[in-house]
Amino acid sequence: MKINTLVYSLVQGIKNIGRNKMFSIASAATMSACIFMFGLFYILVTNFTGMVKEAEESVAVTVFFDSGLTDEQIKTIGNQITKRAEVANCVYVSADEAWEYVKENYFEGKEELAAAFEGDNPVANSAHYEIYLDDVEMQASLVQYIEGLAGVREVKKSEAVANTLSDFNRLISYVSAGIILILLCVAVFLISNTVTVGISVRREEIAIMKLIGATDFLVRAPFVVEGMIIGLVGAVIPLVLLYILYGRIVGYINDRFDFIGSMLNFIPENRIFHGLTPIAVLLGVGIGLIGSIWTIRKHLKV
Amino acid sequence: MITLEHVSKAYSAGVPALNDVNLEIEEGEFVFIVGDSGSGKSTLIKLLLKELDPTEGTIIINGKYLNKIHRRQIPKFRRNIGVVFQDFRLLKDRNVYENIAFAQKVIGEPSSRIRKRVPMMLSMVGLAPKYRSYPRQLSGGEQQRVAIARALVNEPKILLADEPTGNLDNNNAWEIMKLLEEINSKGTTVVVVTHNLEIVKVMKKRVITVKKGAIVGDSKKGDYSDED
Ligand SMILES: Nc1ncnc2c1ncn2[C@@H]1O[C@H](COP(=O)(O)OP(=O)(O)OP(=O)(O)O)[C@@H](O)[C@H]1O
Ligand SMILES: [Mg+2]
Repeated sequence: MKINTLVYSLVQGIKNIGRNKMFSIASAATMSACIFMFGLFYILVTNFTGMVKEAEESVAVTVFFDSGLTDEQIKTIGNQITKRAEVANCVYVSADEAWEYVKENYFEGKEELAAAFEGDNPVANSAHYEIYLDDVEMQASLVQYIEGLAGVREVKKSEAVANTLSDFNRLISYVSAGIILILLCVAVFLISNTVTVGISVRREEIAIMKLIGATDFLVRAPFVVEGMIIGLVGAVIPLVLLYILYGRIVGYINDRFDFIGSMLNFIPENRIFHGLTPIAVLLGVGIGLIGSIWTIRKHLKV
Repeated sequence: MITLEHVSKAYSAGVPALNDVNLEIEEGEFVFIVGDSGSGKSTLIKLLLKELDPTEGTIIINGKYLNKIHRRQIPKFRRNIGVVFQDFRLLKDRNVYENIAFAQKVIGEPSSRIRKRVPMMLSMVGLAPKYRSYPRQLSGGEQQRVAIARALVNEPKILLADEPTGNLDNNNAWEIMKLLEEINSKGTTVVVVTHNLEIVKVMKKRVITVKKGAIVGDSKKGDYSDED
């Protein structure tokens, strides 16, 4: 392909948009709305996924043993747990370590109080395994398994938090996928309409081009360029908006609601937009491409 | 240069627009095609441009069998043929210069060549001073000159004209015909469809008469009279 042809297609594509302002603006605006919604859901889902992940990492199943178990027996239980696929990590906490933890966390500044217990570990029976999971959803079956092991006295779990989070995450994903799908159809439809108008406005010119000996490519390319530019604009606008909004909202929440802010760990905007930007741009340009090519095939039989 | 062998064209099941046409046009000829309205003249032109395909028969242009030209090669094929119409078909939002340059841009000519060729064409058709005018600012005759300049800017071997003077008064019609004759004298094969029998008689060229889709007359230079 000659460079002239490329330049021609680009220039004509931009001119098409200029000649067809209202429709182009309408399509770009709809596209912006679509991608804005998409970005919004993306941000929500990414944050929730992050939080669920975090919950999964911090939520542990704790396993206590029957009293009088030997180290050997405890080790056997540990091996049986570690073998399970859903277990990411299994840490043994001895009674002494558990006591140290209690001292640090509950007797801080009251060392004399703690000293009263010295030599007589009040949590002597609290040696346990802390088990971290790869996937919170597997927790129930794991707990069931462990409870069935010999020598296990008690299994503590933290089902509620993790399950609620991952259910919520799934709900958001489904809803957003549905909404995005509908919006994308609307966007394709509008781009297609814009290109259709462009084609009908330029019907005469197209006929002349064909008589003069313009290739199909040259006749079609400006419309494809038109669709792609609309898609690109429709992606960049919401990206900029979301970038500004995200920073502000996260800042606001962290400032105003200390309590929530410390509970929720928002993903830094750079990391979010590192992932979102290429997806949004591809989506916009892709829709523009699909919308215009589909229309050209329908209305521009060269 | 142009050969038609047993060419028929039917738009739909019914009376064919062209019926078993045989025709031979030599390189460098100037040919008029005349005939009643609806006799099939424009259909013939469209066949030569491969805008339409014949339902039967063979068309050979410049040694090429038209039925063997692949869809994708049509643009390239058309670059050998210049064409003008009764309604000029200029781009209204572009001035004279741009309209002519457009034909070169479309086929990817480098701008250095465009800058050379367009002024040449403009002076050939006598419109050099008006190169920045828009079509609506020009008379019909001037618009047709622009169309001719555009048709010739890529140096086609053949120029097809479908009623090029149909929208023009007598004076302008004559000027356009003289221009076509001049172009022909430089070697381009020229085929002109026209209703202007007065001009046809005076110019003494080969005249092909079409009637109800068939060629009913083919008179050599100067032999034509409208009794056929
Ligand atoms: N696209 C079409 N579909 C169906 N029939 C057509 C079509 N184009 C032309 N015809 C028919 O074919 C016949 C020949 O038409 P054509 O346009 O070739 O005539 P013409 O000689 O150019 O007439 P005119 O002098 O009025 O321009 C006519 O009967 C016309 O009605
Ligand atoms: Mg006609």
